[in-house]
Amino acid sequence: MKTGTWLMQDIIDIEQVRKDFPILASKVNGRPLVYFDNAATSQKPWQVIKAIEHYYTHLNSNVHRGVHHLSQVATDAFEASRKKITDFINAKYDREVIFTKGTTDSINLVAHSYGKQFVNPGDVIIISSLEHHSNIVPWQLLCEDRQAILKVIPINEKGELVMDAFKEMLDEKVKLVSVNYVSNSLGTINPVREIIELAHQQNIPVLLDAAQAVQHIRIDVQELDVDFLAFSGHKMYGPTGIGILYGKEKWLNQMPPYQGGGEMIKTVTFDKTTFNELPFKFEAGTPNIEAAICLGAAVDYINEIGIDNIRQYEHELLEYANEKLSAIDGIKFIGTADNKASVISFMIGDIHPYDVGVILDQLGIAVRTGHHCTQPLMDRFRIPGTIRASFAFYNTKEEIDVLVAGVEKAVSMLG
Amino acid sequence: MSINEIQDELIEEFSLFGDWMEKYENIIQMAKELPIIEAQYKKEENLIKGCQAKVWLHADFKDGVISFTADSDAIITKGLVSMVVRVLSDHTPKEIMNADLYFVDKIGLREHLSMTRSNGLLSMIKQMKMYAVALNSTVSTQ
Repeated sequence: MKTGTWLMQDIIDIEQVRKDFPILASKVNGRPLVYFDNAATSQKPWQVIKAIEHYYTHLNSNVHRGVHHLSQVATDAFEASRKKITDFINAKYDREVIFTKGTTDSINLVAHSYGKQFVNPGDVIIISSLEHHSNIVPWQLLCEDRQAILKVIPINEKGELVMDAFKEMLDEKVKLVSVNYVSNSLGTINPVREIIELAHQQNIPVLLDAAQAVQHIRIDVQELDVDFLAFSGHKMYGPTGIGILYGKEKWLNQMPPYQGGGEMIKTVTFDKTTFNELPFKFEAGTPNIEAAICLGAAVDYINEIGIDNIRQYEHELLEYANEKLSAIDGIKFIGTADNKASVISFMIGDIHPYDVGVILDQLGIAVRTGHHCTQPLMDRFRIPGTIRASFAFYNTKEEIDVLVAGVEKAVSMLG
Repeated sequence: MSINEIQDELIEEFSLFGDWMEKYENIIQMAKELPIIEAQYKKEENLIKGCQAKVWLHADFKDGVISFTADSDAIITKGLVSMVVRVLSDHTPKEIMNADLYFVDKIGLREHLSMTRSNGLLSMIKQMKMYAVALNSTVSTQ
């Protein structure tokens, strides 16, 4: 790696990168699209789009079933993708990497299967105030079902977890800590190493919702020593409808299946069914084969660009956006953590975020407005929602200038 | 004026605007002119929850016609709300029930009625029609 002062063009060849994502050349309302809704979903490079076409033109067949040639090549491609993802997060074994529908599905799997095995009345599950609804509701359902208690780590005004409060919560009643690595609404990067270390001191496993982390930060599950990691394909330049649950083998082996069906069985009689080994025990039914294979293409693409380069470049965008947006009269940033991913949430005076979103849309700028599926977090800040701009490595400083001018225009119309 | 006459009037008004900015500035202006809903009616029961913007709607039934007052916490939504109120207010339940609100599409604001906008406008129109249906059945059974 180079040292010294970085220049952006040294990190990412932005012109080439933008050519990789055909949708970025679109026009919206007659203006060039400025896509700043990457935390909701990322755009897809040709490498992924072509992989989808390739799958249906050359590989399409059901996996792990037939002895015929196509079934074999589809299975090989499917398992090769699992291996790529295993390496990407540095899991110890392929069998610890389970294909799911997405982060939500992954979390529900753990809530259901781990919960059934390990959570009893009076036990405690810990989440945080920063969570997306998908890391709140499955635990509420579990706690209701098992008469367990849900505890929530509070945050400070900057949108950072109050770690002292977390330490106080840890005792023998706690059966799982489930927190996000990066907040989708605020961009806060949580001190996950410390969280895992503290929980492990009391033998409590930790699930990380990495939906907003895996596309920005190098993740090594063995080094983190995390017990479960959940993320989605579509936020990391891959297809929708595919996600990953990583789980340590020792946990996955102890957990009962989540759903029953084909693939997940070893033998079935009407008296008794025995279950397949990992990872198939948790992959009931025909999986989303195309998306699973093409997620591998997305991983290849990220590796080609370099996740560390991505992080560095996006951090520059974040700092640039922070500086430029700060000049806008009446702007208030929601979430000012010291350690942040490339997500900026803000409000302008008492203007409703929705109104700003409508005006920005007219200008071809895609941002997210609203509560970002984190209503309790918005309540915490006593706001109806925010305007959220989230950057990817294919965005540019020029696009941030367009956003700043757009927000100024919106303020002049709405203020 | 009939519901359609008011709609046509709105369409004509908007046809004068050259670009989207003038159009939205007009919507914002309409928001400022919307008769304020009386504070007593800005209550939980009258709240139509959109995903993002809140809309309050109050209906009064007098002399055979329904009059609406409304409000929203987002100004563009409030402007859109004011147009729907202007079109549907002071008509009979039957007229409101059967109204086809084509003006939204005609003045190029159709995206505001899409599900993704979640601005409460679509729910508000549904609520207005439900009031009309309910009042119509009361009227016809009397």
